[in-house]
Amino acid sequence: MITLDAKIPDGPLEKKWSRHKKEMKLVAPNNRRKYEIIIVGTGLAGGAAAASMAEMGYKVKSFCIQDSARRAHSIAAQGGINAAKNYPNDGDSVWRLFYDTIKGGDYRSREANVYRLAEVSNNIIDQAVAQGVPFAREYSGLLANRSFGGAQVSRTFYARGQTGQQLLLGAYQAMMRQVELGRIEYYTRHEMFEVVLIDGKARGIITRDLVTGEICQHEADAVILATGGYGNVFYLSTNAKNSNVTAAWRAHKKGALFANPSFVQVHPTCIPVSGDYQSKLTLMSESLRNDGRVWVPRKKGDDRHPNDIPEDERLYYLEEKYPSFGNLVPRDVASRNAKLVCDRGLGIGGTGLAVYLDFRDAIAHDGKDVISAKYGNLFDMYANIAGEDPYTRPMRIFPAVHYTMGGLWVDYNLMTNIPGLFAAGEANFSDHGANRLGASALMQGLSDGYFVLPSTIGNYLADLKPDTRYGTDHEAFDIAAKKAQETIDRLLNINGKRTIIDFHRTLGRIVWDKIGISRTKEGLKEAIADIRSLRDEFWTNVYVPGEKNNYNKYLEFAGRVADFFELAELMAMDALNRNESCGCHLREEFQTEEGEAIRNDKDYSYVSAWEFKNRNGVLEEALHKEELNFEFVELKQRSYK
Amino acid sequence: MSTNMTIYLRYWRQSGPKAKGYFEDRTLSTVNEHMSFLEMLDVLNEELQLEGKEPVEFDYDCREGICGSCNLVINGQAHGPKKGTACCQLHMRNYSDGDHITIEPPRASAFPVIKDLVVDRSAFDRIIEAGGYVSVKTGSAQDANAIPIQKNDADLAFDYAACIGCGACVAACPNASASLFTSAKISHLSHLPQGNVERSNRVLAMVEQMEGEGFGDCSNFGECEAVCPKEISIAAIADMRRDYARAVIQG
Repeated sequence: MITLDAKIPDGPLEKKWSRHKKEMKLVAPNNRRKYEIIIVGTGLAGGAAAASMAEMGYKVKSFCIQDSARRAHSIAAQGGINAAKNYPNDGDSVWRLFYDTIKGGDYRSREANVYRLAEVSNNIIDQAVAQGVPFAREYSGLLANRSFGGAQVSRTFYARGQTGQQLLLGAYQAMMRQVELGRIEYYTRHEMFEVVLIDGKARGIITRDLVTGEICQHEADAVILATGGYGNVFYLSTNAKNSNVTAAWRAHKKGALFANPSFVQVHPTCIPVSGDYQSKLTLMSESLRNDGRVWVPRKKGDDRHPNDIPEDERLYYLEEKYPSFGNLVPRDVASRNAKLVCDRGLGIGGTGLAVYLDFRDAIAHDGKDVISAKYGNLFDMYANIAGEDPYTRPMRIFPAVHYTMGGLWVDYNLMTNIPGLFAAGEANFSDHGANRLGASALMQGLSDGYFVLPSTIGNYLADLKPDTRYGTDHEAFDIAAKKAQETIDRLLNINGKRTIIDFHRTLGRIVWDKIGISRTKEGLKEAIADIRSLRDEFWTNVYVPGEKNNYNKYLEFAGRVADFFELAELMAMDALNRNESCGCHLREEFQTEEGEAIRNDKDYSYVSAWEFKNRNGVLEEALHKEELNFEFVELKQRSYK
Repeated sequence: MSTNMTIYLRYWRQSGPKAKGYFEDRTLSTVNEHMSFLEMLDVLNEELQLEGKEPVEFDYDCREGICGSCNLVINGQAHGPKKGTACCQLHMRNYSDGDHITIEPPRASAFPVIKDLVVDRSAFDRIIEAGGYVSVKTGSAQDANAIPIQKNDADLAFDYAACIGCGACVAACPNASASLFTSAKISHLSHLPQGNVERSNRVLAMVEQMEGEGFGDCSNFGECEAVCPKEISIAAIADMRRDYARAVIQG
């Protein structure tokens, strides 16, 4: 029987983390080298954790699927990182950052976790600057800030449009210093297949060397999964192609609970799909909505050049529906309405899945130079990808999946319900509730990696005797390795007629249509049935090329798509269970007549944590609820009219 | 909608690090101008698999020009014809119906082929390992605004920090030199006060590692700067040489 104990320290909100640090057990410096820690993933959370723990003296083994730790997908984050420094003197504070973040998450996250995140945010900036991260500066030589969505203060630190890249390189370099010092064993092009449990504790992992195909066994005293989010279940998303759910999902199948899987953030301003061959979606900064006007033609199938469509035949749907916020409504509202007009058949372009973002009026009003100074690099990026000039023709945009708030359930120490198995960064569910604010993902990844895990891991390890190993010849390793090999053999032996990408694309369409921006009870039930039948076909009709003992990208993908099939079903179940609309989760049955979300705090103010069960080969998931108690903030309904 | 183009492809095939490589030819008749270059290769791979053949392996991840995974040499040019653009951001509208395109892995003895177009760039990791960092422990940092840094210096440091580690500079260099990659990291850190403390040790260690990995010397061809998707200036190489000489003299 699983009992969910979040292990939140007692006491006033602002004292919880410091009190917890005071009370946690420690591992003495001379004992730390006797403990081995496996860290899977080298993004902001995994890279920062590896560097920090190795510096403390632990023996670390670090794994990534890319050819270098520096390529983890954190690298692609553009906008910035929040911190409560209050350098602009505009009234910011730890409390305010906490409050904005918990409100932005539509009150579906833990107060204690979010407060700690805000508390350590300032240390992150100090650390990054000391590492040589070239944040933007003022002429005074001091750090610059800018404002971001969901906040009334300027608290976002940034490095041009490449903040994620620069922060990741800082963590990567710190980590490589420890590799040189021999404190980190560094494995690239390795994929995690299984978590190995002995006596109910995480004691190691099974990996596959992607170059040689070898199945490898690694033992440790604790395992940290920092393996990112699962946005690629949609096939098309802003995620990198290698981002996947496999490590988290395999841990889930070993007993780790998966929390809030249906909470997925869709970003409203991406470059739309141009055809079946499309492999990923590119984000355009949402700052464009400050000057661009969003519209579609009022008449279905109006294929005139957009500039030839007169004003009264254009539907500025955001301005009409939300007169006070207009084009600046939050991400979820903008995304949902773009989908609604396209569902009505008013979408534009070859696919009908796009809307216009028009700068004509802004250019007429402010001049081309002003607009170019503000958005020049974005306009160039658009022109390069879409092949059209946004100065003379409206941009075509459409929402795309961007970030997954759900993930492995963890307690306040970032430990899953499996002792010794931790989850950090986007891979856990912990801090963003039902909706993440801009510039918060980098903050959470680095908070987990630099400041939270290095403290909490000691509290766990202190109870283990140092140097007690079972050895990888323990049968738990053999069984897990055998299972990994069987999965690979099974995939290679199907020898069907449809390609992996074909299945993934088809799955992605089901998930997008029915578990995407807005959901209905009927649609979710259909999705479950559709996913199941497609999954059955996958296991009998997929074609996996190549061999197992060689570099074989498509074999890697096949395993990931197999896991996405199972995750997709759980997402639908979670969305079906949650009879309310909150954050990015909109159930059409639970909205006002004007289409605004109706949250149900009385019945759904909980984290849904799912337990994997397999009954005679049929997937089943059991729901556990972690009630969210709000002692320090008052719950309010959001409105943007 | 646009009409399909026919592209005559020739790409490198090599089953493993020790195997003998060869070129394979194939005509693709379903290329669309809106496809990215890598999406064209996806389409090629789908076709190959439907015929029961092995797909062509190539490295990629973010497909938005920032992760540095992709590194194809296209018609002899690292990342292809578009200036300041990684090949994942190159679109087929830059080509015309009937074009011939040859795709090779970057050729350098320090980048051995793993399979087809995939190479081993771990030498770059080892160069960073040798000294491409500021030795600061987590938690020991002072307030971020304690040391003001002139905006110009910070901006210049950023220009060098923008390197994505793709290895196009090595592929383009007639000597297969890694000087632009190595010096970009050195210049990024040495333009900041935080990185200045370890300046001498860093340049000595990183240059030594670079040479030990089997990269060639720099002979000022400038090809690296021409192909760099982040347009990093070869002024970095001059900085590195000056720092190196100074460090050697100072002993």
